[in-house]
Amino acid sequence: MTAIDARHATTATQPFDVTRVREDFPILRQLVRGKPLVYLDSAATAQKPQAVIDTLVRYYTTENANVHRGVHYLSQQATDDYEGGRSKVRAFLNAKEDREIIFVRGTTEGINLVAATYGRKNLGPDDEIIMTAMEHHSNIVPWQILCQEQGAKLRVIPMNERGELLMEEYEKLLNPRTKMVSVVHQSNALGTLNPVAEIIRLAHQQGVPVLLDGAQAVPHMVIDVQSLDCDFLTFSGHKLFGPTGIGVLYGKAALLEAMPPYQGGGDMIRSVTFERTTYNDLPYKFEAGTPHIEGSIGLGAAIDYLTALGLEQTAAYEHELLAYGTGRLSEVPGLTIIGTAREKAGVLSFVLENVHPHDIGTILDTEGIAIRTGHHCCQPVMDRFGIPATARASLAFYNTREEIDALVAGLHKVVEVFG
Amino acid sequence: MSDLRDLYQEVILDHNRKPRNFRRLEAPTCSLDGHNPLCGDRISLDVTLEDGVIKDIGFAGSGCAISKASASLMTESVKGKRTGEAEALFEAVHQMLLRGPGGQFDPDEVGDLEVLAGVAEYPTRIKCAMLSWHTLNGALHGAHDAVSTETGDESGGS
Ligand SMILES: Cc1ncc(COP(=O)(O)O)c(C=O)c1O
Repeated sequence: MTAIDARHATTATQPFDVTRVREDFPILRQLVRGKPLVYLDSAATAQKPQAVIDTLVRYYTTENANVHRGVHYLSQQATDDYEGGRSKVRAFLNAKEDREIIFVRGTTEGINLVAATYGRKNLGPDDEIIMTAMEHHSNIVPWQILCQEQGAKLRVIPMNERGELLMEEYEKLLNPRTKMVSVVHQSNALGTLNPVAEIIRLAHQQGVPVLLDGAQAVPHMVIDVQSLDCDFLTFSGHKLFGPTGIGVLYGKAALLEAMPPYQGGGDMIRSVTFERTTYNDLPYKFEAGTPHIEGSIGLGAAIDYLTALGLEQTAAYEHELLAYGTGRLSEVPGLTIIGTAREKAGVLSFVLENVHPHDIGTILDTEGIAIRTGHHCCQPVMDRFGIPATARASLAFYNTREEIDALVAGLHKVVEVFG
Repeated sequence: MSDLRDLYQEVILDHNRKPRNFRRLEAPTCSLDGHNPLCGDRISLDVTLEDGVIKDIGFAGSGCAISKASASLMTESVKGKRTGEAEALFEAVHQMLLRGPGGQFDPDEVGDLEVLAGVAEYPTRIKCAMLSWHTLNGALHGAHDAVSTETGDESGGS
């Protein structure tokens, strides 16, 4: 079975049983401030299923050793499982080869890696990088640093009031100076799903590579890097129900091979003398030093878990929940949803008349409801909408309608306090 | 909702709705901006000093209820005071907000500002309440660069 088939395997057979699925997440049984935890902050980081937690415990209990370095039994075991994680990621993304999967710390490091290697090598004075008006700071700042070093320039695709990209503006921005397009697939602040296939198609017409920030998209939809034809894609394990500190940079092998290394050290070399070093093959060229071994193994366990549930099924359930939440939130007096794109997933960002988002967050917290408030590392998005911050409830497949109801009840309480 | 009312006391809600001294001064002796980068709270503070006395004080900006009410309460409590007294008040408020679980503070030293005592129970909100005070402290000490709450000792725990 191909990766795609495996991911479709469990769909459409029976309805999604959220009650059963919640039992897989021990943290959701907790009381917070004496109330059942209502966790609506999965866009910040997702909770971990027992299968992931058990895998980490098993690794440290029976298998811990360094990888790629020992002839002994444990080292072999750890190496096999670490590389096994890589294979699972490859299958999950439907990448061609394992060596196209580079382990990094997270989305942020993935983007920094590309900016520092591909960017430094290929961008010069007055070259341009196109991004969207809804980028996370992690897809702005690395490119800005590169611009300062190389004299390149950022170009930004604007968006409308709903939080949708103006694609005709994008077409106008593309020009012979464009050397990189780096865009967020799903906005963490607005929930917008960007038309990445079209973005990639247009960039490729001009021979420009495209990096996708998949931090939010990868956990919530089936991503196939070959059919998308993106050149780079990066995401974070911790938002994919796996451990923190592990993330993935996918890159097409030919691009990765032509890129200079990122960091120097052990594992990334083939031979070293004081005069000269020969670098290792992919993916090791980009993985200097002892890697996040249990991170790869834990991420593999998260992917197994998600694949067994069926990503299409979890996505469909989350979509229903989003529609329900959008309807229920509109009942709250004075509430405005920020981000109303027609193509949207997983995120309910909103403001409430005369109440600052931080006050909303604190009052909901006393009800055991965890949301995020602030600029969500997207200050340009806040500026675009002329607001200092939003309150954001973000969804995962373990959330329920009852939790949305609790959120709405909490918001009525906020209105009561500030009314 | 009793614990919630400890934080959002009526006085605080009132100062949030109708902040006092919420205006820029025409010819202040010193002005300073303060910023809480995590929350996006912003304050611009103007002070008019005469012979070491805070003759007038005003502020503008945007922020959460806690930061706005704290700024409003602050302007009321320091107006007419000597700068040394305002600094002592800064210390007392600081002590009250950062007293930690079970920690003590002297209600006599803070006077009306005791309504902010409940903020100490919400570590992520302490910097909201301290923003205006840090800004005043900076202004009185002749600072010119905007004050940020991320450099104070309440900057952790965000
Ligand atoms: C869209 C987007 N990009 C990038 C990031 C950065 O991810 P990380 O902090 O895991 O590197 C996030 C996470 O907040 C995100 O939501």
